[in-house]
Amino acid sequence: MVKILIEVRFHGRGGQGAVTAADLLAVAGFKEGYYTLSFPMFGAEKRGTPVVSFLRISDEPIVARDEVYNPDYVVVLDPTVMETVNVVSGLKKGGMLIANYPKSSEDLKKKVKADEMGIKVATINATKMAMEVLGRPITNTAMVGAFGGATRLISLETLVEVVKEWFKGELAEKNAKLVEEAYRYMMEVCRNED
Amino acid sequence: MKKVVRGFYSVAYSVKLCRPNVICAYPITPQTEIVENLAAMYANGELGEAEYITAESEFGAASMLVGASAAGARVFTATCSQGLILMSEVLFNAAGMRLPIVLVNTNRALSAPLSIWNDHQDSMAMRDAGIMQVYVENNQEAHDMIPQAYKVAENKKVLLPFMVCMDGYKLTHAYEPVDLLEQEMVDSFLPPYEPAAYMTTKKPLAFGCYAPPHIYMEFRVAMQQAMERAKDVMLDVFKEWAEVSGRDWGGHITVDFPDSKIFVVAMGSVVGLLRKVVEELRNEGLSVGLIKIRTFRPFPVEELREALKDAEKVIVLDRSVSFGYEGPVSIELKSAIYGYSSAEIYSFAVGLGGRDMPKDFLAKIIRDVAEGKERPGFAFKGYQEFEEVIP
Repeated sequence: MVKILIEVRFHGRGGQGAVTAADLLAVAGFKEGYYTLSFPMFGAEKRGTPVVSFLRISDEPIVARDEVYNPDYVVVLDPTVMETVNVVSGLKKGGMLIANYPKSSEDLKKKVKADEMGIKVATINATKMAMEVLGRPITNTAMVGAFGGATRLISLETLVEVVKEWFKGELAEKNAKLVEEAYRYMMEVCRNED
Repeated sequence: MKKVVRGFYSVAYSVKLCRPNVICAYPITPQTEIVENLAAMYANGELGEAEYITAESEFGAASMLVGASAAGARVFTATCSQGLILMSEVLFNAAGMRLPIVLVNTNRALSAPLSIWNDHQDSMAMRDAGIMQVYVENNQEAHDMIPQAYKVAENKKVLLPFMVCMDGYKLTHAYEPVDLLEQEMVDSFLPPYEPAAYMTTKKPLAFGCYAPPHIYMEFRVAMQQAMERAKDVMLDVFKEWAEVSGRDWGGHITVDFPDSKIFVVAMGSVVGLLRKVVEELRNEGLSVGLIKIRTFRPFPVEELREALKDAEKVIVLDRSVSFGYEGPVSIELKSAIYGYSSAEIYSFAVGLGGRDMPKDFLAKIIRDVAEGKERPGFAFKGYQEFEEVIP
């Protein structure tokens, strides 16, 4: 069996659900048969301050609880975080930055010097999507969908199932819709990339 | 059933299955969600006859548990850091009164400066209280440890408080797969608490009262004897747990690669990563093994003597400091193996206040010791050079 270990780092701002995004994917990944571990790097948890969380997905039990320094994927929930935080720090060559970003992938590629680093970049306007569906700029579920669509590690069906278990009532339906929209959008973006 | 749950829930769910009579707590990060989960279960009527009491402080919480436990109740609380320190006056009493209180300490650094992050300074401050201390490696072990803690603490040969120590954040906030226990299994493993003596108006008793010099010392000798008996009781309970749950977490210590020349000794959540590091270093040809200390009180003296008798170098990774000497685990280990091992002891304080301990950092410490780049003795590892302002 091929041993896989996928490490992901999430960047967001307090209140957007960067921690929950990693947690949702940990639950979903396990449903798909992987071992998973998610954990936050807590600061003083204030609304609006930069927040980081981590996710590991593997086909063997995960024992490493140190922070993720060389992620395979970086997921950014808030475009403004990138103004103060070097989100691509340590991102593996061949790795991917999946960002909530209002402009094109090409624009962000230049900004983070993607070609020099040998990384891929995929963007989605998750804030706009979240405003349309939820009426609030909370982007975690959109970015969970985007991660799924970009990586194809976890099926859309599983993500929708997990989101419906996590949230209740109308919020569950809206977030499931958001996950699906982002998933399909990102799948398309990444297909065009290849 | 195996499910991805948060560390908090793995503890709270296990506590519920142990059918406590009284839960009393005061919130403190990173413990709060344990008692929040229990409070929600209580509100939903899932805790049977249990009373859930919100305290005005940790001091109050511990005090109420002393009362409840003395009245014969099975009790639970969770705390950490400043909260544990605030409880300490009461907890020393609880041990002296021989009350089998089970508490979870979600290990967190002590102030000052204020830190909400993980190290072991808080539980180490309770070292001499007469409280049993077990450190867990992951959330499954935390989940499994709760019923075992009650079974050991409530054994009439023991009757002492039991503190399950789990690393704050690293475990409490982590979502990971946990095989959740079944009620029937816990019921058959853990019988209802039958106190040896308890407060009742029918047969009035006093707990922890005045003991003048002609009688005090005997109570303290009895505590030590109870701790010594606890070592055997724990082994029986650990073994029974392995049989009924199918998960064998080992005895007071676990030893990976017992024939090694160099050993790393650690407690808590860093052990998992260390196991990986040790495996990789062995692939490079280093003769290195790993000792996980599970039981810190009672201390595994004989086990460490046996495991380290032929060791050449021992690296102890402490997550706290006894200022003016060195890390407490190292102090205890040296004292335990004195005269039984001629190993050089390398005592390192690491990961204080949540300082991360990446894989490469751990590997370098071991490699440097193996290559003779370190001297035996005490040192801090993983801090930045700085200039002290005051001198």
